[in-house]
Amino acid sequence: MKRVAVTGLGAVTPLGHDTETFWEGVTNGRLGFGPITCALHERLTQKVAAPVAGFDPLAHFDEKSLAILDRVSQFAIVAAREAIAQSGLVIDGALSERTAAIVGTGSGGMGTQDDAYRRVFLENLNRVFPLTIPRLMVNAPASLVSMHCGIRGPTFVTASACASATHAIGQAFHMVRSGMVDAAVTGGTEASIVFGCMKGWEAMRIMAPDLPRPFSRDRKGMIIAEGAAMFVLEPLATAQARGATILAEIVGFGMSADAGDLTSPDEGGMTRAMLGALSDASLSPSDVDYVNAHGTGTLVNDIAETAALKRVFGDHAPKLAVSSTKSMVGHALGAAGALELLATVMALREGLVPPTMNWLGPDPACDLDVVPNEARTMPINIAISNSFAFGGLNAVLAVKRAA
Amino acid sequence: MDVAAEVIKIIAKKVPGEPRELQAGDNLAELGLESLDAVEMIFDLEEKFDIQIPVNANNAKAEFATVGDVVTAVEKIVAEKARPA
Repeated sequence: MKRVAVTGLGAVTPLGHDTETFWEGVTNGRLGFGPITCALHERLTQKVAAPVAGFDPLAHFDEKSLAILDRVSQFAIVAAREAIAQSGLVIDGALSERTAAIVGTGSGGMGTQDDAYRRVFLENLNRVFPLTIPRLMVNAPASLVSMHCGIRGPTFVTASACASATHAIGQAFHMVRSGMVDAAVTGGTEASIVFGCMKGWEAMRIMAPDLPRPFSRDRKGMIIAEGAAMFVLEPLATAQARGATILAEIVGFGMSADAGDLTSPDEGGMTRAMLGALSDASLSPSDVDYVNAHGTGTLVNDIAETAALKRVFGDHAPKLAVSSTKSMVGHALGAAGALELLATVMALREGLVPPTMNWLGPDPACDLDVVPNEARTMPINIAISNSFAFGGLNAVLAVKRAA
Repeated sequence: MDVAAEVIKIIAKKVPGEPRELQAGDNLAELGLESLDAVEMIFDLEEKFDIQIPVNANNAKAEFATVGDVVTAVEKIVAEKARPA
């Protein structure tokens, strides 16, 4: 089994359209929330989301390419390009056939679907744009990353709602570790702040009216976000041999299913996924310094996650730094795990833990050290990143600081 | 329309097990309503009375603890809607 290095990072997020701006944002406690501007937004009760503001597709693509690119694919490609450029990897020739593109997304091209439905249902038009289906199909982001980046190896989308990106990255990690591929471009993308989806989220009644306040007293729910983050993974030895900068090492991956309620979080499923990641990495709970929590800011997630962390880490739990970057970037659903792994990799590199912002005071049921309201400088050797999805699907990655 | 009776009928649809007479003091959680049942119940009430019930699942348990809480809230919203602006 090969050791697996992260050699490239890329991001398009509510806090900025590249990794550096995202990292500056999450360490300074900047908030990425703003008004919802999609078509028919005036009919939404929810007024706040975490959109990728100011993203200009024409700065990245020509008009002809854009005809087949839903926003969800645009984000993925822009983030993938940044990650590949940073890695210095030239994906061509034999390597292009030995490189994977595994991308997580919760729902694919929802903007395209909304546009098409609005035409036929609301405007009584009888035809939709000709490329509606290939733009909205859920696998489009992976296909289009492969096309734009010249990747010709294993390529597909993983869909597990809010754990999609973490499942994708875990799959890519397994492929590189086993030697099935020589490199992987992987991460997650989402762009579903559109009328139909937001109406669905309103009906779930779990969104905060103003801000997400993970692990805080008086928290009122989550805020929906969009964006993408992508990574380049390679065997550590190969990356070192070509002189690449090793940004971090992925050391473990754990998955579980609750087989219980479709939407209520389950402490047992969370626990099994975290233990799976630690066991896969041959780590003891006491080796872990930092947890990038799922931390949605809903009443029940944060209680269940706290309880699961206590079960996994026992006496070590109070010593963990546990923070939720969703407090600043919102919940990017199928991309969330990628944005959070990005924050985790940067935290390992910089020895700096992003805070849990908007924290008003303790909730007795969420009594771990959640790094409230201010980033913290501390050495981090090992971190885990948690993703727990609707559908009861859980995925956790364990990451190690580059030696 | 007897708002209270209609509300109770809608709540009763979500209560698992044998049909039973609901009392104002009955606790929804103790009746066996899970979180998704509550969300569906609120949707049914909004559809039935053509109203909006501003409830967030994150604090619904405190606001909507009992059958009586739901009846009172819906009666109030329906009455406000009937009053000319």
